[in-house]
Amino acid sequence: MNAGLDFRVERWTLASRSAVAGVVAIALALIAGPFVLGPGAMDRLTILFVYVILAAMWNALAGYAGLVSVGQQVFLGLGAYFTIRLADWGLNPFVSMVAAAAIVGIIAVPLSFPMLRLKNGEFAIGMWVLAELAHLLVNLDQLVKGETGTSLISLNAFDAPLRRATIYWLALAAMVALLGALFVLLRSRVGAAIQAIRDNEEAAASVGVRVLTTKRMIFVFAAFGAAMAGALWLATALTFQPKAYFSVNWTAYMIFMVLVGGIGTFEGAILGAVLFFLIETWFGAAGVWYLIGLGATALLFALVLPKGIWGAIESRTGLRLLPVGYRLDIRSLLTKKNGTT
Amino acid sequence: MDAQGPILVAAGLHKRFGALVVLDGVDLAIAAGEAIGIVGPNGAGKTTLLSVLSGAQQPNGGSISFKGGDVTALSAPVRCRLGLARTHQIPRPFSCMTVFENVYVAASQGGGFSRDESYSRVTDSLALCGMLDIANRPAEALGLLDRKRLELARALATGPSLLLLDEIGGGLTDAEASELVETIRELRRRGIGIVWIEHIVHVLLQVAERLICMNAGKIIADGEPASVMANREVVEAYLGGSAP
Ligand SMILES: Nc1ncnc2c1ncn2[C@@H]1O[C@H](COP(=O)(O)OP(=O)(O)OP(=O)(O)O)[C@@H](O)[C@H]1O
Ligand SMILES: [Mg+2]
Repeated sequence: MNAGLDFRVERWTLASRSAVAGVVAIALALIAGPFVLGPGAMDRLTILFVYVILAAMWNALAGYAGLVSVGQQVFLGLGAYFTIRLADWGLNPFVSMVAAAAIVGIIAVPLSFPMLRLKNGEFAIGMWVLAELAHLLVNLDQLVKGETGTSLISLNAFDAPLRRATIYWLALAAMVALLGALFVLLRSRVGAAIQAIRDNEEAAASVGVRVLTTKRMIFVFAAFGAAMAGALWLATALTFQPKAYFSVNWTAYMIFMVLVGGIGTFEGAILGAVLFFLIETWFGAAGVWYLIGLGATALLFALVLPKGIWGAIESRTGLRLLPVGYRLDIRSLLTKKNGTT
Repeated sequence: MDAQGPILVAAGLHKRFGALVVLDGVDLAIAAGEAIGIVGPNGAGKTTLLSVLSGAQQPNGGSISFKGGDVTALSAPVRCRLGLARTHQIPRPFSCMTVFENVYVAASQGGGFSRDESYSRVTDSLALCGMLDIANRPAEALGLLDRKRLELARALATGPSLLLLDEIGGGLTDAEASELVETIRELRRRGIGIVWIEHIVHVLLQVAERLICMNAGKIIADGEPASVMANREVVEAYLGGSAP
């Protein structure tokens, strides 16, 4: 009936190829950071990388899988905590950071079983409860000294410039690797299935999507990423106070970045992180007013631009820089049809 | 697979919601490649039967076997991967994805096909359902008719042996209805078994070689369409309930 139908499925465009090339070029240029930047600028950029990771991970979870969590600080806090723990046992602090993220990723697997049974609001709040619980448990460790906290002393063994540069490179590498892995995951068949679950779970199951398994994948991935961000944050701040790491503020920042940038778009989360970073750089000193401003902005975006800045750009211009979707090339079909009729 | 034996056997299916008994001992055997129509008044339990067969809902009693294996305990996605696909009476599109992507999920997950094979399954399904020209449209922009078409295209792309259809023909013009009949006939030519719930009996009878009438959770008539339509109980069920 339709044998020999001539079609093409477009996944890349000239714009998106150029964009990926641009992203790679920027990443490569950033490697040179420690040779050209002052210590202050380097620290700030490290923080930007952490924000990009956090935004991308929350977007993966909420924007693509529809799993809105207000407790992602649980993984951030645990990532920092296990870094401290492993370093205290004598592991190299930098190795501890990566190992801590891996441990959190592993812990996220059993955690996902009860959590992913929860739906929507229950999941969101359940994650918060989980974060509070983890906070209390971490405080039981003598090493942490309760809310007084402790610091990653073993990092002091490295001289300041080398330490700063290593953390910077580690953050850069983590950001590029996590973004790259997420991009590949979302472009794979799993990525399409994840979005199907977000849009209609029952329908997804009816067309063969293993709903829980697929959700688990993204849940664990996002946990690993947030833990890496926590470990990196610890490395820049040096001190570990549980209250600061298990704070719901972190999730508020993630939500802000993703909502403003554009939820459910790959580019949006990155854009949101950069904007958040700039706002913080300029207005961070304003204290309470800064937080109120953030909240009001997020609310305004949710009401006026529900798809965020990038969502608005996308729908106005049709521009897709880092596309994860599929486009059937209709022109070749029409040509074919005209040719045969 | 044994072409002679039934592809699906349901035995003693019971389903209730609270005190409401919706399936009350349903027995059903479907031969491979068979085309069955299901009719019955509103609330008879037709959709629930489809949901229980496809694994979207668990029965409170009874068993289901498909292709010779017991699937009663298997989840909906696993049954779909075995070749048992369904559509939804109230369409459930993946709203934020395009038509093409909706169907691609079905081909790549339910069908388990490779990327290229999935692509050609998707275009084939879209062509059959007359949706090629709107392949790149977001599903949320579709009207009800196209949403129903999308349900069919998606189920089809999973490469089913047995397709369970729930009122995909409601609200069609005569021309659209005969197009749909043509599509279903093409599926039959490909050896796909059809179970089709539809209130518009004259459309159904153009395809169905066997007709089942349900009422109050029971199969009250099952057999050759003309004799089922003439069955006294069937006539009474329709007179008692809302007319088709
Ligand atoms: N999830 C549910 N919870 C409670 N009651 C339900 C549920 N699903 C269906 N029912 C009830 O079960 C009965 C059978 O519903 P079902 O949808 O199977 O009927 P149907 O034969 O498909 O009807 P229609 O022709 O209107 O589609 C109805 O009374 C309906 O209200
Ligand atoms: Mg129904």
